[in-house]
This record gives sequence, C-alpha cells and structure tokens, in this order.
Amino acid sequence: MIEFKNITKKFGEKLVLNGVSHVMQNGKTNLIIGTSGSGKTVLQKCLVGLFEPDQGEIIYDGISFTKMDGQERKILRQQIGMLFQGSALFDSMTVEDNVMFPLDMFTKDKYLVKLKRVNEVLERVNLIGANKKYPSEISGGMKKRVGIARAIVLNPKFLFCDEPNSGLDPQTSMLIDQLIYDITREFNTTTIINTHDMNSVMEIGDNILYLKDGQKEWTGNSKDIIFSENKNLNAFIFASEFLQDAKALRMMEAQKK
Amino acid sequence: MKFINQLGAYFLMLRGMFSKPENPKLYWKEFMHQCAEIGLGSLGIVAIISVFMGAVSAVQATYQIVNPMVSKVIIAQIVRDTVIMEFSPTLICIVLAGVVGSKIASELGNMRVSEQIDALEIMGINTKTYLIMPKIAAAIVTIPMLVILSMFLGIWGGRMTSSLSGALSVQSYDTGLMMGFIPYNVLFALMKAYTFSFIVTSIPAYYGYHVKGGSLEIGRNSTKSVVVSCIVILLADYILAALLL
Ligand SMILES: Nc1ncnc2c1ncn2[C@@H]1O[C@H](COP(=O)(O)OP(=O)(O)OP(=O)(O)O)[C@@H](O)[C@H]1O
Ligand SMILES: [Mg+2]
Repeated sequence: MIEFKNITKKFGEKLVLNGVSHVMQNGKTNLIIGTSGSGKTVLQKCLVGLFEPDQGEIIYDGISFTKMDGQERKILRQQIGMLFQGSALFDSMTVEDNVMFPLDMFTKDKYLVKLKRVNEVLERVNLIGANKKYPSEISGGMKKRVGIARAIVLNPKFLFCDEPNSGLDPQTSMLIDQLIYDITREFNTTTIINTHDMNSVMEIGDNILYLKDGQKEWTGNSKDIIFSENKNLNAFIFASEFLQDAKALRMMEAQKK
Repeated sequence: MKFINQLGAYFLMLRGMFSKPENPKLYWKEFMHQCAEIGLGSLGIVAIISVFMGAVSAVQATYQIVNPMVSKVIIAQIVRDTVIMEFSPTLICIVLAGVVGSKIASELGNMRVSEQIDALEIMGINTKTYLIMPKIAAAIVTIPMLVILSMFLGIWGGRMTSSLSGALSVQSYDTGLMMGFIPYNVLFALMKAYTFSFIVTSIPAYYGYHVKGGSLEIGRNSTKSVVVSCIVILLADYILAALLL
C-alpha cells in the first residue's frame, strides 16, 4: 500500500502537481489517468523519489518514504519495479542481459537458474527469440515489453508502469494489461499504472485516480466511471462517439441487472 | 557563484561514490570492462603519439644544437627528459581527456537523458558507485601504465630518428640516455599520471552524470568536460611542478 498526502510539485513557476492525495492499494491495479501533460509521470516519479516533491508526504506500507535517508530508500527500492515511459533499457546490453541485470545484482542464483527466470518473464510478455538483440535493434513496442520484463523479474512488491501499452497493438496491449493484472493478484503487488488507454481503464481499473491540471479530479473504479457525472472525466474518457455508444450500452446492461 | 555550486556538486558526487557495492562481483566485472575500454581502447593512439613525440623532439633538439662544442649525445638526454617529465604524462593525458573523457561524458549523458540512470537508481543501486567509481579506478590503474609505455615508445622514437637521420648513432644515443639520469623524474611523472588520470575521468563523469535536458546537452557537456579537463590538467601540472621539483 502506498499512501500519499498533499503532493505538490513545481518546476520553476509551473505548478505541475497541486496537493494530490490518494491511497494506492496492494493486490489492486491502481491507475493514474489524465490528459497528456497532466502530471502522471511527474506524480509517479515523485512517489519513487526521482523527483523530490515540494510538499506532502509519501507512505509505503505505513513507513514514511519522505523521511527516509538515502540508504533506507535504496533498500526499499530493491522491492520496486518500474517501467519508464521511454523504456530506459540499458543500450549496451542485450535484451537478455537487460532482464537478467536485476537478478545478477540482487540474487546469488546460478546462471542457468537466472536464465530460466529470464526466459520465463520474456515469455510472459510474449517476447521470444529476441534474447540476443540489442535495444537499438528492436521496435518501440518490444522495448516496452522488455522494460516490463525487467521490472517484474524480481517479483517486486511495488510495481510502477508508465504507459505500459502505449505503442502496442490492441491485442498485445490487452495481453500486457492482463499480465500486469495477474501479477498484481498473484503476488499481492501494489501496482501503479499511468495510462490514457481506455481499454485498460475499463478492463483493469480497480482504483482510478483522474488527474486534471495537477489536481485530483475524480477517483473510483471501472464500474463507477460509467456512471460518473463528472463532465471533465466524461469528456476525457468517452472522447469519441464510439466510446460514448459503448458507455451507453454498458449503462443499459447494468440497469437491466 | 555558479562555479562554486558546480565545484560543490562535483565534490558531493565524489563523496557519493564511496558506498558499499550491492554486489561486488558485478562491480568487479564493470571495473575490468572499464580497464579494457580505457586501457586497451586508447593503446593505439597513445603508441602513435608517443613515437612521433619522441621523434619530433629528437629532430628539434638536433636542429637547435648548432654549437660544435656541445656533444650531440645531449640530444638523447633532451629527448629522455622532455618525454619522461612532460610529454608522456601531460600530453598523453590531454589526449586522453579527449579520447576517454568525451566518451565517459557522452556515455553517462546518454544514460541520464534516456533515464537509464534513473532505472538503475530505482532498482536500488547507487549509480555514482556503480557507474563512476569503476571508471575512475580503471583509469587510475591503466593510464599510468599507458604513460610508462609512452615513455619507452617516445625514447625509442627519438632513438630511431636520430640514427636514421645520421645525427647520432644508436650507441651514442644509448650512452646519452644513461648520462645524468634522475630516477626521481620517473616518480614525478607517475605522480602526475595518477593525478591526471583522476582528472580526465572524474571531470567528464561529473559533466555526463549531470546532463539536463536532451541530446543536444550531451554534446555540449561532453565538449565542456574536455575543455575543463585540459585546463585543470595544465593547472595541476604547474602546481605539481612547483611543489615537487
Ligand atoms: N523535468 C521537468 N522539468 C520541467 N518541467 C517538467 C519536467 N517534467 C515534466 N514537466 C512538466 O510537467 C508537466 C507534466 O508532465 P508529465 O510528464 O507528468 O505529463 P504526463 O501526464 O505524464 O503526460 P503524458 O501522458 O504525455 O506522458 C508538463 O507540463 C511538463 O512540461
Ligand atoms: Mg507521462
């Protein structure tokens, strides 16, 4: 569980996050949604300490992250997996070495054991046969999946994914969503996903935080979102006619029950 | 003011470098990798420069000794002392500031811009220790070796041109080499080499590690790091000479 209170972050004069508070639950897929530039990435980076918030407190499982020193944060971070928006793969290493890196660093397992684990996660992200390729030789969507594989290889307690399925085709995108969802349930992970993919919102939105202009505008789950009367949220989520129809259909179905 | 800030950040970076490795084996591997990159990687350029350096100083010394009263053997001494005391440690390290330094700065800069440093940081790795320390350590180990090699090659280059041009026979050159040789000079040169190898890695590492913005900044910081390293080397060269000679 990650709780944060009143997170405020400014870049120079620009107020990016304005007093955001929320609780990210374990065993649930917690989504942060919002338009491009609404501060999703900045919020995630504040939560893991890559940005220092100007105000507010962050609490990991009851322990204040804000008050931790460098060493304590380092130890906590060994339980964090993170997928960056730009994948952030190590470009001097092959796909296999990228995914194996956390295992090399933090386990004492034999090479073959590690290799087995690497292949296991690569298979889970539907990426087989790219083991020996370098990041510069694979597509953007593949990089994303390698990034996910690297983030989950140690079964982290806290999983942060910045737009895990942007740049993926709808089918792979659903597969990745399902994977993240399954891992979250299986290992009781506190998973935080930044997304503006409506499929993800509907399929795996256990706990959704909608950011607008750096503030918490709405929160709820994927069922609540259909009935929400929040104008901004509706305009954001159900942007196209197609999606509006889907919403109407879902509402009708729900009312029949 | 900006200078003081940067200096502070530079020393903070150096201090942050000293922490217990999460996994010594991987750090060792990285260190060995850097030794190969820095040491073997610049072997070729160091060899070429050294031979020419020695050759040129022999030719120039010959040119300057016009007085028939002065024994030509002194050419060997001039080559020996300039190569050992100045050319090998200082010139080679200035070249390495360009070769090794710019590579370190752009490598770290690229890792910073593409969030690879953040990714390591999030895994719970001290990136200063993992990324910077092995580079500095590898440089401190390998660059003085390169400098010693460069001394031999430089003196050999002088010997070759002297005999080829007929200015000095190989035998007289060798006699000249032995005359008035001060072993302390080699020690002095090594002290310079150690200092400079720290400079040509730590300064570019600082500039690379602290890149902000995009890929344009990487190039800018990498150039800046080479310029600053060169200036600091010359400054340190002067200070060491004043202190130790
Ligand atoms: N390092 C930074 N320095 C200055 N401003 C920044 C920095 N990082 C982000 N910002 C600003 O913060 C705001 C929010 O950016 P952020 O990257 O969090 O958006 P986002 O919600 O993740 O958008 P997207 O969906 O496009 O990824 C933007 O206006 C951006 O200009
Ligand atoms: Mg973003």
